[in-house]
Amino acid sequence: MAQSVFAPWEDSQQKPLIEFVNVTKRFGDFTAIDNLSQKIFEREFFALLGPSGCGKTTMMRMLGGFETPTEGKILLAGQDIGNVPPNKRAVNMMFQSYALFPHLSVWENIAFGLKREGQPKDQIAARVDEMLRLTRLEKFARRKPHQISGGQRQRVALARSLAKAPKLLLLDEPLGALDKKLRHETQFELMDIQESTGTTFVIVTHDQEEAMTVASRVAVMDHGKIVQVSTPDVIYEAPNSVYVADFIGDVNLIEGNATKAESGVQITWGENTAPLVSTNSDQALAGKRVVLALRPEKVSISVERPDAPNVLRGKVIDIAYLGNLSTYHVQLETGTMVKAQIANTRRVSRRQITWEDSVWLSFSATAAVVLEGGI
Amino acid sequence: MRRLALIAFPYVWLLALFLIPFAIVFKISLSDAAIARPPYLPLLELSEGWDGFKAFLAELDFENYVFLTEDDLYWKAYLSSLKIAFFSTVITLGVGYPIAYGMARAPDEWRPTLLMLIILPFWTSFLIRVYAWKGILSNEGVLNQALLGLGVINEPLTILNTNTAVYIGIVYTYLPFMVLPIYSALEKLDDSLLEAAEDLGCSKIQAFWLVTFPLSRGGVLAGCFLVFIPVIGEFVIPSLLGGSGTLMIGKILFEEFFANRDWPVASAVAVILLLILIVPIVLFQLNQQKQQEAER
Repeated sequence: MAQSVFAPWEDSQQKPLIEFVNVTKRFGDFTAIDNLSQKIFEREFFALLGPSGCGKTTMMRMLGGFETPTEGKILLAGQDIGNVPPNKRAVNMMFQSYALFPHLSVWENIAFGLKREGQPKDQIAARVDEMLRLTRLEKFARRKPHQISGGQRQRVALARSLAKAPKLLLLDEPLGALDKKLRHETQFELMDIQESTGTTFVIVTHDQEEAMTVASRVAVMDHGKIVQVSTPDVIYEAPNSVYVADFIGDVNLIEGNATKAESGVQITWGENTAPLVSTNSDQALAGKRVVLALRPEKVSISVERPDAPNVLRGKVIDIAYLGNLSTYHVQLETGTMVKAQIANTRRVSRRQITWEDSVWLSFSATAAVVLEGGI
Repeated sequence: MRRLALIAFPYVWLLALFLIPFAIVFKISLSDAAIARPPYLPLLELSEGWDGFKAFLAELDFENYVFLTEDDLYWKAYLSSLKIAFFSTVITLGVGYPIAYGMARAPDEWRPTLLMLIILPFWTSFLIRVYAWKGILSNEGVLNQALLGLGVINEPLTILNTNTAVYIGIVYTYLPFMVLPIYSALEKLDDSLLEAAEDLGCSKIQAFWLVTFPLSRGGVLAGCFLVFIPVIGEFVIPSLLGGSGTLMIGKILFEEFFANRDWPVASAVAVILLLILIVPIVLFQLNQQKQQEAER
């Protein structure tokens, strides 16, 4: 049975839950957010991804009400929330440090927001117990935050921020303090919880793998602007700029000049090299300075010259063995380094290619993305 | 061996500087006043051996303590001391908490300066500073002159030699002991806790009472004990700023020792004072312990 794809951003009839309208935020001379407009839809898991200082945290803090925009409007369900204080918003936040109240038990931490609403006691108790079940914390209800582990604390913070059933949940680097294994598990937990509660999540992270795993859409930010917003696969397979291609994952960048080919373009680069062909590229790029972005796992490596549209010759300089994968660092005759990633389907001892070997690299005519600009 | 030496040091210190003097004071409190030097009897004569020691013990009794219960001056002075200590602690907390809070909320670069300003008064003698208050509070003092000059009052206020002056002196003197522990508790407070409280629906005032205040409780208790305990036995401030109506046990103690030269009664007063102080001191220790455990 085919499932309908969740993509409200492609439907122009859909009303966004959140809308940034030409929002600018300045701190003194520093512009943290630069004339940014963006829609976020209900039930989305929206990731803000970027290096530190790119403005992602400021954007989240404006949603939480801890910062007010210098210019522009932020709409939540159609209403301007620019000057609504944090305690009056149907928005909750999970803090990077978790910000659990150390003097209150796990139970009281989760009940904190509900008590402020003045709900009847039995209703609060029922909701807290529901949250404890959701985050599998029933056993720890009476403990104080310093008496539980980091992973459990993370879940308490999540339960506390979900308890009030916010329209929008903000997560500030929610998994940053966890070790890798726990982080992976928790990512899936987060997705499950997001799906089962139907809450809209906005997550801030600098970890691209995390963003790609959990998010329905990823916004890559740089210098107070959103560079690209798209689903994780589009961000990865079809980055719209060299910045995004370079920021997300590992990539080989080859700079050259584009000329029109039978289909797509071909790129001339280096001296005494054959042009590289990219049949899936826009012919409007012809005549421009371009960068060919090529993911290492789309490059094949072989001892014999293969029959492929794009073939490069080089020497293995380095091999990074990652267990399941190996990344070969190959130096071309032009001096350019190209990385090729191969799955280790055979045991290392049976590996054909080793250091200092002359090898052939090849990739298909549709493997790369050609982007305007320089490196 | 080294561990033993390390542990021994504080115990030897405590023995030599607290327990032995206390034993001597306790012994004097059981003696009788005498016109002699030292002014009490009996004295322990080691040369008379075991029999001498027995005779010495036989002469000790609790009649000085009985005397303390017979004259209502003493228990009134104890009660009055406790009352003054209690109210000055409350006032010091009321003044000190906002100061500590303001310091902890001040920009980072200001904090060392503010801290310095709190500690600065310790650089001059406490006695001189209390004396300075005499000049400020007296009928012809700076305060009255200023208020008269401004036309706020027509007649000088009588402050000096009243309980009000004693309160002013105590609050002024003990303020740093209140501010510093509260400041150290507030300074550690993570700002994101307050943001989280607001995020969960608190107004700023609610956030203060539900988060900031409970988390500074350890500092508040420490500050209160640091003020309350020494103020009970305070002698200098009531005798310099207080009047004849100011009844404090420290003053009585001084008068028994130096005006009456009745060392045994004075010692009995001191021993009772110590017993009264043990309760808050033990509470203080428990509070400190609890805090240390919480921080771990």
